[in-house]
Amino acid sequence: MAHLEIDNLCASYGNTPVLKGISLDVEKSEVVSLIGPSGSGKSTLLRALVGVTKPTEGTVRIGETTVDYRSAASLRSVRDSMAIVFQQYNLFQNMTVMDNVTIAPIKIKKWNKAEVRKHAAELLERVGLSAKHNAYPDELSGGQQQRVAIARALCLRPQLLLLDEVTSALDPELVGEVLDTIRDLARDGMTMLIVSHEMGFVREVSSRIVMMDKGAVVEKGPPAQIFDAPEQERTRDFTARILSH
Amino acid sequence: MIDRIMREIPRFFSASNVDFLIEAAGRTLLLSVAGCTIGFLLGLLLVVIRRTSHPALLPLRTLAIGYTEVFRRIPFLVILFLVLFAIQAVAPRASLFTIALIGVCIVSTAFLSEIIRAGFESVPRQQVDAAEVMNFSYLQILFLVVAPQAWRVILPPAFAFMVMFIKDTALASQMGVVELTFAGKVLSNKGFSATLTFGAILLAYFILSYPLTRLGRYLEHKLGSSRN
Repeated sequence: MAHLEIDNLCASYGNTPVLKGISLDVEKSEVVSLIGPSGSGKSTLLRALVGVTKPTEGTVRIGETTVDYRSAASLRSVRDSMAIVFQQYNLFQNMTVMDNVTIAPIKIKKWNKAEVRKHAAELLERVGLSAKHNAYPDELSGGQQQRVAIARALCLRPQLLLLDEVTSALDPELVGEVLDTIRDLARDGMTMLIVSHEMGFVREVSSRIVMMDKGAVVEKGPPAQIFDAPEQERTRDFTARILSH
Repeated sequence: MIDRIMREIPRFFSASNVDFLIEAAGRTLLLSVAGCTIGFLLGLLLVVIRRTSHPALLPLRTLAIGYTEVFRRIPFLVILFLVLFAIQAVAPRASLFTIALIGVCIVSTAFLSEIIRAGFESVPRQQVDAAEVMNFSYLQILFLVVAPQAWRVILPPAFAFMVMFIKDTALASQMGVVELTFAGKVLSNKGFSATLTFGAILLAYFILSYPLTRLGRYLEHKLGSSRN
């Protein structure tokens, strides 16, 4: 039984369809990466999964449960099981690093405060930011902010972690530190659905890759297939262009 | 003129006149403080209603928007008279002060609501998205994430409005509330030099509004030097 099962998922912005029947699944402890040109719907797919963009059709199943995005209770439970990290980090600017990481587990999930703070301290150490507990987001570099955002997502103990172009807004020399953090998570068996343009990283870390274009899935397969022997013309074009520069 | 003023000063600042002025200043202060406090709370409530998105709350949202848009466009004095006649029609025994208080609250609610709304809207949408996907409730998003980041934007125009508002309460004199401006007219009618009388009134308004200006500056500085 797949951990996450997406079947024929559709979404639109106004009258423009941006997801045209996406189907894919993610097994437990698997890392699946979405690649494809800008505007292909990769980020929208992640946003639709957490209900920021409302799906118009299709089904999403997590474990045994089918999600109903129109029901508040169902939306709450899907958001309980997934955490998303955004391209622009979206840390709360009015809170310290520690508060950013602990606010949701403490105030929303009502978990034990001392345990949450201990867990948060471990996560911050893991992403290399032990010294920054009391810093505010605007005192940190982009890479540091993004690592705080990852710690914030992990502190929610999600079953599935969604990473939306988490390195796209970073200076090139800061990309490495964030990718290292994600590699580490993959080694630990974290189930992840990743949108990324870092092809080398995607190839190395993913168990499977999904090539998307114009709101639809073009091809799915292991990294070796997608990068070395793509079955679809469109995939070949895309990987050839991206790898050539 | 100076001679006349100097001659009148001892008589002008007689115990009964000073009591009269202090009482009038108290009414101006009460109208201002109550107007701003109630206006701020009700204004905030209107913003909380306006930012909802549930379809069932559409009538309430429309009402909140309509209220803000209408009462920011009617002259203050017209509103005071409207309230005066409307209330006297149903409750002829209501005190003028109570009626004036209701009138100023109607106005301050509309203006402060608009200032708060603009401040809340200055907080980027992504901050709300991030809180939403972590299951923050509507009010938790508003008061844990949006409001703390919006105060910096809200405070300067809010304090500017409040300082202006203290002066605008003078309009309540038009409906017969004995606040500072009305007291000035009474004393000047008693035969005191208008320069002396309204000079004293001016000073009183300054004393009432200056601390507010300082408080505003202090808060702006305090919030400005911390986080955005």
